[in-house]
Amino acid sequence: MPQENDQQHYPPGKGKHEARRDFLKQSSAVMALALTPPLVIKAAQHDEAIAGIFEKMPVSMEINGKKVQVSVEPRVTLLDLLREQLQLTGTKKGCDHGQCGACTVHADGRRINSCLTLAVMQEGKKITTIEGLANGEELHPVQEAFIKHDGFQCGYCTPGQIMSAVACIREGHAGSPEEIREFMSGNICRCGAYDNIVHAIMDVKQGGKTV
Amino acid sequence: MKKQQTGQSMDRVDGRLKVTGGARYFADHHLPDLLYAALVCSPISSGTIKSINTTKALKAPGVADVVSHLNAPPVPGYKNADPGAKDGLKIFKDNRIYSNGQPVAVVLANTLERAVHAASLVEVQYNQETHYTDMNASMDKAFRNNRMKDYVRGDADAWKKAAVTVDATYTIPLEVHNPMELAGIIAHWDTPDTLVLYAKTQGVKNVQDTVKRLFQLPEQNITVHSRFVGGGFGMALRVWPMEVATILAAKKIRKPVKLVITRDQMFTLVGYRPSAIQKLSLGATSDGKLTGITHEAVAVTSPYEDFTEGIVAMSKFMYACPNVNTRYKLVPLNLSTPVWMRGPGEATGAFALESAIDELSYKLNIDPLQLRILNHADTDPEKDLPFSSKYLKEAYELGAEKIGWTNRKAAPRSMQEDGMLVGYGMSSGTFGAFRGRATVSATLKSDGSLILQSAAADIGPGTATAMVQIAADVTGIAPSKIQFMLGESAYPFAPQQGGSSTVSTLGSAVTDACKALQQKLASLAVSNVPAFKNATPETIVFEDGQLLKAGGQEKITYESLLQQQQLPEVNVVATSQSGEERKKYSMYSFSVHFTKVHVHPQTGVVRIKHIVSVADAGTIVNTKTARSQMIGGVVGGIGMALTEEAILDHRFGRFVNNNYADYHVPVNADTPPTNVYFINKKDPYINPMGSKGMGEIALIGFAAAVSNAVYHATGKRVRDLPITPDKVLDEKAAQQWKVENKLNT
Repeated sequence: MPQENDQQHYPPGKGKHEARRDFLKQSSAVMALALTPPLVIKAAQHDEAIAGIFEKMPVSMEINGKKVQVSVEPRVTLLDLLREQLQLTGTKKGCDHGQCGACTVHADGRRINSCLTLAVMQEGKKITTIEGLANGEELHPVQEAFIKHDGFQCGYCTPGQIMSAVACIREGHAGSPEEIREFMSGNICRCGAYDNIVHAIMDVKQGGKTV
Repeated sequence: MKKQQTGQSMDRVDGRLKVTGGARYFADHHLPDLLYAALVCSPISSGTIKSINTTKALKAPGVADVVSHLNAPPVPGYKNADPGAKDGLKIFKDNRIYSNGQPVAVVLANTLERAVHAASLVEVQYNQETHYTDMNASMDKAFRNNRMKDYVRGDADAWKKAAVTVDATYTIPLEVHNPMELAGIIAHWDTPDTLVLYAKTQGVKNVQDTVKRLFQLPEQNITVHSRFVGGGFGMALRVWPMEVATILAAKKIRKPVKLVITRDQMFTLVGYRPSAIQKLSLGATSDGKLTGITHEAVAVTSPYEDFTEGIVAMSKFMYACPNVNTRYKLVPLNLSTPVWMRGPGEATGAFALESAIDELSYKLNIDPLQLRILNHADTDPEKDLPFSSKYLKEAYELGAEKIGWTNRKAAPRSMQEDGMLVGYGMSSGTFGAFRGRATVSATLKSDGSLILQSAAADIGPGTATAMVQIAADVTGIAPSKIQFMLGESAYPFAPQQGGSSTVSTLGSAVTDACKALQQKLASLAVSNVPAFKNATPETIVFEDGQLLKAGGQEKITYESLLQQQQLPEVNVVATSQSGEERKKYSMYSFSVHFTKVHVHPQTGVVRIKHIVSVADAGTIVNTKTARSQMIGGVVGGIGMALTEEAILDHRFGRFVNNNYADYHVPVNADTPPTNVYFINKKDPYINPMGSKGMGEIALIGFAAAVSNAVYHATGKRVRDLPITPDKVLDEKAAQQWKVENKLNT
């Protein structure tokens, strides 16, 4: 039988996040604290909003050509930062374990699984996501080729496939269908569009357009 | 006349959105004051919850609430349920645990990270009871379900008296759909009795209907959005308990809640293809005519639902055989409920039937392709009806030619190339060609553009693209001026995307809606346009987006007609469904799969080198997306044949390979070049387009085509999927290889 919820979540008296506040007070890792007036630290012991600020770290990067300065908890992955805080939802979460490639983005031109890196580790990096690949209205040649060769069905793995495909060509790993199949095997497509993906990449490679 | 659009390889209408990241799937939506949900799931597989301590979790930063059976709002739809009825898991109704991974609480917090962390702080104590997850050890619990009665045609077990027999047991493991998109839902009660959902579903109307029933709300109070779906393969054909839990949590907290489950939870919360043990027995005359087929299947289900599917269906009608009998039983285990997975039960059954036919061919010394042709069913022996269309023999012939079947030497283990054993295998597949009921709204705008709406889903096959092509052919309007909108519960009714029926069902409704629109325009012209005054609506001819007066010179374009009448738009709504034709004909799609494999003689590793798949699916609306659907089914079939198996640790009732690294779905390097061919002949009866279905037949039978090729290559018959190297391995050859390579043991 469902019962009425006990609404008294927080014991009276002591602050509800006492242990964490003690940690904040003592922590030397949070550099900002060294410069923070004691009054604010005291306030943080009782105020969730203020505490939240101290638990975050500033990070700046360039995402799709735009400077982005954000403050994030150190445990936030690049993927979750993109999706949940910056609303760059083109990058997808398929496994959160670096096993499927749906979250592939470029960091300083290199393809990475954005679920396997913390946002704070990308300080100063240039990040390119699927939203930053086209030149305005003009699609990137790999995007064009994916449409032409139907390199997808549901489209969910597609942003990751395309980011990976662009890098695959730039790396010089698109010399033959066999090589492409090998170097695109970090990106799972459960709809099974692999054959079409290979055709799309070969088409771009042979088309000679700069990627 | 304009170019016929049906049959073209038009690019997808939503392709640009999909390649730019602009396609928004359920979890891509963000609402103000959104809370993130994380599930606390049971680590036991049977028992009851003793206590839930949420003190630590509630103290964690950003946590708004922890919702469980102790404090969840009541679900009115649970009330009248018969406690003995096996009608699903009623999440948060009580403290009973049926399976490992069952959600016991939902933690809500203002960030995803905080919700996930707080979920780890919830302390749950359980009373553990004995659980059963080992199918082989639970066969004594097998029972018959009334939905799947025993079937007998002619004499039961007639195979026993035949001159040549095959009697073998085939097993398939539990497989998991694992679409790329993680399941979940966003739930928002924008008033106490109106609910907005962003769902991952194969049918928005089904979600609306389920929620309506559970929460006893009027239909119009429930809005379901699901424009893009990141794959389903069957797992999104129902509303799952964790989605109801999220709706309950949102109701309690009165804020929007987003749940995205984790990959490991995809194994325990959203269904699976049940493991099955099948005994397939065939009897034939010495010249190869089948005289008896007996197909007995046992498959897994959950403790709280009896899940049945078409495992024994194909055996009843695929071959001309006077004596057929089937039996189908279920074994309840402490697992969640299975759900149709691409090709559903027919794929399971086809593995057994098409493997057994192959085994019979070797016993008879008849080519397996010839054996199938010899026993071809010209009419449906189960329903005793003619087929509406069946071009299976043409498909056999075409596939054989394309794979180079004549190169195949009959004897097993007789072919080699590049140091590899070479095998050729083939199989057939079939699935019912259905047509359901759907309603489409068609709106012609005064700029000549056409907007079609229906509450259909698209999990990837390219529904909107095909519908645009169909509408273009009926109306003569250019595809670029037609928009097909789906994935909204506010649109007129369409059934779920499942059972390979979308083009048939929805395409028929699009056709009828477009025709109804034309009739309305004709009436409009006859009543109001002077040049058409003395015509009757029935005599108006439609060509290239214009109305023509029969036998006359007068014509008017759609947009001129609307503009002249100062109408911003003209709308019609039409419902379409099948009629008497389904009583007169048996309707099925057919597929044929041919594979060429390489088997490493020492390690037993199987590599598929070439695939030819042929579909008899009626008229092909879009050759590009249809081909994609076929190769996609084949890739699923590669997984079923060679790699996919969810493994349980029966000590705990837990999956041990519940992630993409350990549950092996095929990757790009696992897939060879695949050649797809379509018979592309119109079915004269099924629907106006003449299109049968294709999603299922793309996979059905494929696993047998691989196992048959592996047998041909090695002489080793693998009857237990997946065909992993350990099952293929030739002991002697392996020992020899170790000696040659100076390896011990």
